[in-house]
Amino acid sequence: MNELIRSTAAELAAKIASREVSAVEVAQAHLDRIGEVDGAVHAFLHVDTEGALRAARAVDDDVAAGRAVGPLAGVPLALKDVLTARGMPTTCGSKLLEGWQPPYDATVTRRLREAGIVILGKTNMDEFAMGSSTENSAFGPTRNPWDLDRIPGGSGGGSSASLAAFEAPLAIGTDTGGSIRQPGAVTGTVGVKPTYGGVSRYGLVAFSSSLDQAGPCARTVLDAALLHEVIAGHDPLDSTSIDAPVPPVVAAAREGATGDLTGVRVGVVTQFSGDGYQPGVLRSFEAAVAQLKQLGAEIVEVSCPSFDYALPAYYLIAPSEASSNLARFDSMRYGIRVGDDGTRSAEEVMSLTREAGFGAEVKRRIMIGTYALSSGYYDAYYGSAQKVRTLITRDFERAFGEVDVLVSPTTPTTAFRIGERTDDPIAMYKADLCTIPANLAGTPAMSVPSGLSDEDGLPVGLQVMAPALQEHRMYRVAAAYEAARGQVIADVPALAGAR
Amino acid sequence: MPSISRDEVAHLARLARLAVTDDELDLFAGQLDVILQSVATVGDIATADIPPTSHAVPLTNVFREDVVRPSLGQQQALAGAPAAEDGRFRVPRILGEQA
Repeated sequence: MNELIRSTAAELAAKIASREVSAVEVAQAHLDRIGEVDGAVHAFLHVDTEGALRAARAVDDDVAAGRAVGPLAGVPLALKDVLTARGMPTTCGSKLLEGWQPPYDATVTRRLREAGIVILGKTNMDEFAMGSSTENSAFGPTRNPWDLDRIPGGSGGGSSASLAAFEAPLAIGTDTGGSIRQPGAVTGTVGVKPTYGGVSRYGLVAFSSSLDQAGPCARTVLDAALLHEVIAGHDPLDSTSIDAPVPPVVAAAREGATGDLTGVRVGVVTQFSGDGYQPGVLRSFEAAVAQLKQLGAEIVEVSCPSFDYALPAYYLIAPSEASSNLARFDSMRYGIRVGDDGTRSAEEVMSLTREAGFGAEVKRRIMIGTYALSSGYYDAYYGSAQKVRTLITRDFERAFGEVDVLVSPTTPTTAFRIGERTDDPIAMYKADLCTIPANLAGTPAMSVPSGLSDEDGLPVGLQVMAPALQEHRMYRVAAAYEAARGQVIADVPALAGAR
Repeated sequence: MPSISRDEVAHLARLARLAVTDDELDLFAGQLDVILQSVATVGDIATADIPPTSHAVPLTNVFREDVVRPSLGQQQALAGAPAAEDGRFRVPRILGEQA
């Protein structure tokens, strides 16, 4: 069993397709693992044992009957609880939606099911994806499998922790300001934010509609690429979905794994260093850049001066859109209702329900957004933030005129301690310093493990960024880097039964 | 940038339909002030000549074919409702006594 949970998704799919092992055995091994360690990790909010085994049996039946199955058929996956899936609750980590059963599948969920991927359950997250530590979940924090006293990143801490704890070989996250990449970095796993519009948002509960993007999480670059091709592509149900071919990311990951980056121009963003960066993170990053150079890449320093303003612009745009999006939680059509005693008006019930159902960070952001959008302040706050967004896009365009990909540390620090930043919103926001520009520009970016920080022994992530719809460039570079340095996750967290 | 007062936070909470407590008002007033001061730096580089970007990937007039396709039935649509009656969402009164 231990061997099954340590396998990559690609290995598992091959074994299932050749009937060396059954999809049911693979699903059961992961369900057993969840039973064994999730009490300590708390990556999952809901485990769908029956549904997972049923999906696995269907794949085994197909294989036995000689029917063609997809490249990831039978592989288990952990789904972030912000995407709807029938037969399971969708809570978004919020009390407001506790117990809500969505009446439809998200497009991502539908594509996973059609590919024969076995959904194990729903993963924990910061409430409505607002946070960088998963501490904002109404159902308690997820713990980092590398050190249970530390955060697994956020908002998708549950998805990344499930990979690092070997509870699942694949996961889906969503990334509005770094919620796939930052958890990936601090858990020693791979996380990819595709081009905005590359993966359908239909059935993804909206936080900040112009920034939200679902993407693949895995322990290897190839596994992420395989999952990417399953979930990406045009969807008429999402009007912001891009009607263009999916970039050839699997081919790029395989090409990159040969380890040759001759002729590839890699830009190092000079803004992502200095004050606020942990020395061990910067040393890991410098070693990664040296490794890329050794693989044949040409290294160029690139300045993107407006990136210094990405964080404030994001913390205006995202809350503004959130304040509007979360207005739908009005206690009338779904979710909990509080205080409806027959005497109160709809408005009073709405206010009492939202007060009881939302956590502190969600309330803060709704109020910031309400403020930033109000007349008299709109130009100074929201309007200015949108202008900064233009400047950031221009910086990316200029940079990608000179280089093929950009690199930076994914996060300024390694995983911080649970509770360390909960009383200081600004300190918490800084975890997204390096990841936000790609969201504002809509460009793809990913985090690949770059070893452990020499001062605390915790995982560090290398961020690789590419122009819109050029995901294959970053997958190639990340795969080459991964092949050269070896998998970080092989060093395994100190969880019972993991070694 | 002007700092934000406790009364202004109470006003924002009313606009956002959040029945915040007095303790929360104290906490949020301080925090929102710090956050707003911090994000106001966008004004440093956002000059008049820069056009705003609302969306990273400009798409306009996205339509799909106007064809009949399956949708949620009444029962499914009401399945998650806090209260339902006669096949409809049951809601608290929305008009005042005098209305």
